[in-house]
Order: sequence, then structure tokens, then C-alpha cells
Amino acid sequence: MTSMDRDALLQALLDGELPDAQGRFGPFGGRYVPETLMPAINRLTEAVETIFTTQAFQRALQSELTGWVGRPTALTRCDRLGLQWNAEVWLKREDLAHTGAHKINNAIGQALLAKAIGATRVVAETGAGQHGVATAAACARVGLPCTVYMGAVDVARQAPNVDRMHRLGAEVVSVTSGDRTLRAAIDEAIRDWVTDPKSTYYLIGSAIGPHPYPLLVRNLQAVIGQEARVQMLDRAELPDAVFACVGGGSNSIGLFHAFLGDEEVQLFGVEAGGTGSALGQNSATLAAGRPGVLHGANTMLLYDDDGQIQETHSVSAGLDYPGVGPEHALLQMIGRVKYVSASDTESLDALDELCAMEGILPALESAHALAGARRWAQRNPGTRILIGLSGRGDKDMPILAEVASRKENNDAAA
Amino acid sequence: MLPRDRVTQGIQAAKKPALVAFLTAGYPTREGFQAALSAIASAADVIEIGVPFSDPMADGVTIQRSSETAIRNGVTLHWILDELAACKGKISTPLLLMSYLNPLVAYGYPQLARDAAAAGVSGFMVPDLPLEESAPLRDAFANEGLALVQFVTPATPADRLERLCKQSQGFVYAVTRTGITGGQSELPEDLTEYLSRVKAASPIPVCAGFGVRSAEQVRRIGEHADGVIVGSALVEVLEQGNDPAEFLASLRP
Ligand SMILES: Cc1ncc(COP(=O)(O)O)c(C=O)c1O
Repeated sequence: MTSMDRDALLQALLDGELPDAQGRFGPFGGRYVPETLMPAINRLTEAVETIFTTQAFQRALQSELTGWVGRPTALTRCDRLGLQWNAEVWLKREDLAHTGAHKINNAIGQALLAKAIGATRVVAETGAGQHGVATAAACARVGLPCTVYMGAVDVARQAPNVDRMHRLGAEVVSVTSGDRTLRAAIDEAIRDWVTDPKSTYYLIGSAIGPHPYPLLVRNLQAVIGQEARVQMLDRAELPDAVFACVGGGSNSIGLFHAFLGDEEVQLFGVEAGGTGSALGQNSATLAAGRPGVLHGANTMLLYDDDGQIQETHSVSAGLDYPGVGPEHALLQMIGRVKYVSASDTESLDALDELCAMEGILPALESAHALAGARRWAQRNPGTRILIGLSGRGDKDMPILAEVASRKENNDAAA
Repeated sequence: MLPRDRVTQGIQAAKKPALVAFLTAGYPTREGFQAALSAIASAADVIEIGVPFSDPMADGVTIQRSSETAIRNGVTLHWILDELAACKGKISTPLLLMSYLNPLVAYGYPQLARDAAAAGVSGFMVPDLPLEESAPLRDAFANEGLALVQFVTPATPADRLERLCKQSQGFVYAVTRTGITGGQSELPEDLTEYLSRVKAASPIPVCAGFGVRSAEQVRRIGEHADGVIVGSALVEVLEQGNDPAEFLASLRP
């Protein structure tokens, strides 16, 4: 690919020409779904192009974002952490949004859309449980019943969120098939959707899946970057670098989008480096994957030579996924965003540091963005850095306790 | 004769309705694959061989279970094509491979088309590949005369049904209800109306099924379609170590 091709694709993205009519971001994206789902996908595409863009819908959404979600979220300057890192550090505080993460921006938007197109029931998948909680809350808000699929491994490691979903009226189904994490939960949510595509709405939780989901989710999350850019310009200048964690890629695409046209701003997505670089030890899809088809899209994936999707690992359930949104695959291909990874250990350290320095307990997912930023700051002293703090860490208390007790045992043994 | 025409002819030449039988390759055991194939070939008119995939999102518990075990048994697309090449000439029943797209992507389309044709495969059905995304694979298959079978469902709108039937090769796969494979086995009430619509739209044979497990269902579907597809029920017969040919024979009216 020549630099002219790259510039043309970036320009098309900036001009709102991507995804194209086929749902493609360059070579990535598309609609790889069973025939049974095609009428539902076509109906949703039409709704995204019509209902979603109407003033009435956007006004209703805006009203929910301010009155119920609590937007705009704060931009926090971190002086103590900045001193430590020798950088000017700013956090975009999605942890302060209702239900504790950016997931709610997407959930309430799609719940309103589901209602508008006459769906009578919502299904969703969840990894960390944040999207499940957000969907449960949004469905309660608009008055739709919802079922959330969650891998059995994640049900155990994100228990506080399971209780919250129940309390908010959702049915939670623990998925014991496949890898029993986010990937299997998506498989199961799709199976449910295939069974009744006419009245069931699939409320997907990240910028993944068949067209039009990557577009819809990005548009609903773009508010993060739009706010952050205005807030930065208001109180400082544009940042030198922006960091966000990448699971499926929704908080990152939401934060990046407003900055894509700012040439001087470097953008970094941080994937889960897990415990090592071998297949199965991480979820670093963009760093280690190749193009393939899963969950409705042609995108970067982790799979073996026979096409079987690989099991992944991350201490963070929300990043533990072998695929990534197709728009990120394009942004990597054209070099506009650089994707790096942070290990379990680096991220746990970054979480502790933010607690100690700024009195903020971040989600383990968000801690990956902090870890990536910290490493970059060491090599680029004196820079201004904006970090997407995608969620709060209350849900991670069981994992953090387990990690601490494992460490104690190891120390005692040593 | 082109490989894809063998499928069409196999159905047309069969005693009505034709039986299209599905098995997951290498399940329950790898060693038993060739024997299972020959047994099924003696009783079926077309055989669909399932390529196991890690994320069978359109399949129910039976095929999820068989896929998972087959992968653990070391079944791959390469292995399947080697096995088929080894028993080429011994099985005259037309063979189709049923696979999700990613194993085909990993194999590489041009090489896949050549190897599949050489192994005696007549075509493919790909549940997560709608017509809109099918051009690259379809083009690769065209070079070898392989079929790409299209699916239609009760929810398919009329204009789309027309397009799918025109583009389908070998036969048209009419899914008899929305949902995943296996499971609940009642036939929908509007079966007659639905299958008549598909038949009217299709220039090639129509085979129907989803969750078929009884002779009564085969008879009812056979009144309106050229062939009946039997999947999960046959996988369960193989799983229990029972005779697949006997089971298939028991489904014939
Ligand atoms: C707080 C938080 N951040 C990030 C993620 C990762 O998702 P995405 O990459 O779509 O933002 C999750 C997912 O569960 C999450 O809960």
C-alpha cells in the first residue's frame, strides 16, 4: 500500500465515506452472517440511516446522555501522576458515567433504537459485565426485557457485576460452551438472535460484528472524543498523544475519532499483552493477528493455520477477545493509530499507581491504557498525554483480591 | 460433467424425496470417518460433510459438541481433503463440504478450489457467507466447477428469494425455520406455502430441513421439496454408535 492510498483512505474516513455501502472500512468489515439474519441486518442498516439521524431521535438521545448518563464526563488533570511520569497527564473520565464505564453511551443509544424499530426483547453479550450492566440499565430505562450472555469464567471473575445485572432486572445466562469467556458469550447471543431475529434486538457491546454495528457503536461512542477534544482545547492545548485500551475497540474508537484529523496528535491503542507473546497467552489481536472472519466481520483475528479461533488470555475480562473492530484494522493498516500492548503485570501496577497518586480506582481494562501511556512517557519526557479512563474498577475487586493472595503465597514460598 | 452438476443430477435422479445427509467429519472418531462415509453413502443421495469450527454460531448443541470433539480429535480441512482423496472412486454419492468461512480463508481460496475438486468434492455450503460477500469464493470455485449452495429462510423477502435461488448452485437449501440447527423438531404451520414459494422461484432442486428426525417429517417436507436434509439427528445416531444407513433407510417413506 502506497502512502497515497493510505492518505486517501484516511481522507475517506474523515469525510464520513467509510464504512461504504457494503459496510467496509477499506478491506475490513462487511456482513458475514447467516441468511436468517440478513433481513434483520438490512432493517437495522436502514434504521441507522434513517431513524437514527432524525432530529427527534438525536434530541431524545442527547437528553438521556445529559439527564441520565451524566454527560459530559469530567476531564481530570493529574499533577501527582504527571510529576511521577515527567508528563502532563489528563484523564477522560468515563468511569464517572452512569453504571461506571463508557459502555452506557452505546447501550442507551441502541436501546432507544431497539424501541424505535419495534423490538420487544433485547439480547446482549458481556465480558467484564460492564456492557451487561449498562444494557440492563438502559433496557430498564426504555422498558424492554433483556437477556445477557456471559461466559462462565467471567461470571466467576466479575461477580459484582452479575449481581448488579440481576438487580436491574436482566436475565443472566452463564455460558459453558466454547472458551467460556467473551467470545463464547457472543456466539451464544448470536444463536439467540438467530432464533427470533424479527422481534429480538441484538445490542452488541463493542465496535465489532456485522455492518452496521461497527458504525453505530462508533457513532454512539464518538461523544467521548468530541467532549475530550473541546475540554483539552479549553484548558490546555491538543495532546501530543492519546491512549485508550482496545478490547473490541469501542472506547478507543470513540476517543480517537475526534482526533483523527489532528495530524500532530499521535494515537495509541493498547491491547492486552497478558502473560507473554505466544499464541494463547494474550489478546493482542492487532499486534499478533491476521485477517479473517468472525462474528460477522472480516477483521484482524487470532487463529491457527486451520482457521480455528484461538483461546486468549488477559487478566482483564473486557479485553479477553480474539477479534477487534474492523475500523481499528483499517486504522492500523493506514498507520494512523499505533497499537501496542501492556502485560497483566504492567497493568496491575498502573492500577495501583493511579489509586495511590490520584485517588482513582480504574477498571483493569483502563489500566492497560495507563500502562501503555506510562511506558511512552518514559521515552518521551515532557509531553502532554490524554488517556481514556474507560471505566471504574469496583467490579475487579474479586480479581484484585485473588492476585494479592497469589502474590502473598508466592512471597511466603520464596 | 462439472462437479456442481453432479449434485443437481444426484437429487434429480434419486427416488423422491432425495435424502441429503450431514455428518461432522471425524466425529465421533477420526478412525471411523471413512467407514461412516461409506455407510451413509449407501443410504443417502447427497452427503454434506461438516468441517468443524471453533465458533459454530448457527449451530445447536449437537453440532457444537461434535465440532468441539472433532477439533480435539485433530480434524482439519487439510485432513478431511486427504481422507476424501484417499477414498476417491469408492464413493459415488456427491459430496459437499459445509464449513464456516474462516477455515476456508485460512486454507486460501484458489488452493482450496483445486484441492477440493481433486478430492472429488462437488461444492460447498458456508452458513456465515451471505450472497453479498460471496464473490471472491464463488469466483475461485467457478474455475473448478464447484457449487456454492445458497440458503433461503421463511423470513427471506420475495425479491431476495428470487436472487438467492438464481445464484444458488447444486440445489437451494431451504431452512424450514429461523434458528440454530437441531433442537425443536416440529415443522412450521406455513411449511406448504413457504416451500411452494421457494420451488416457484428456483430453477434448480430445492432441499429443505432443519431439525428433521422422523419419517413423518421427511414425508411432509418431501411433498413440497425435492430433497430432505437430515443433520443433527444423524450426528446423534453416529454418536451413539448406531448404524447410520439403517437410520436413514427408516426415514424413507
Ligand atoms: C471499562 C472497560 N473498558 C474497556 C473495555 C473494552 O471494550 P472496548 O474495547 O469495546 O472499549 C471494557 C469491556 O468490557 C470495559 O468494561
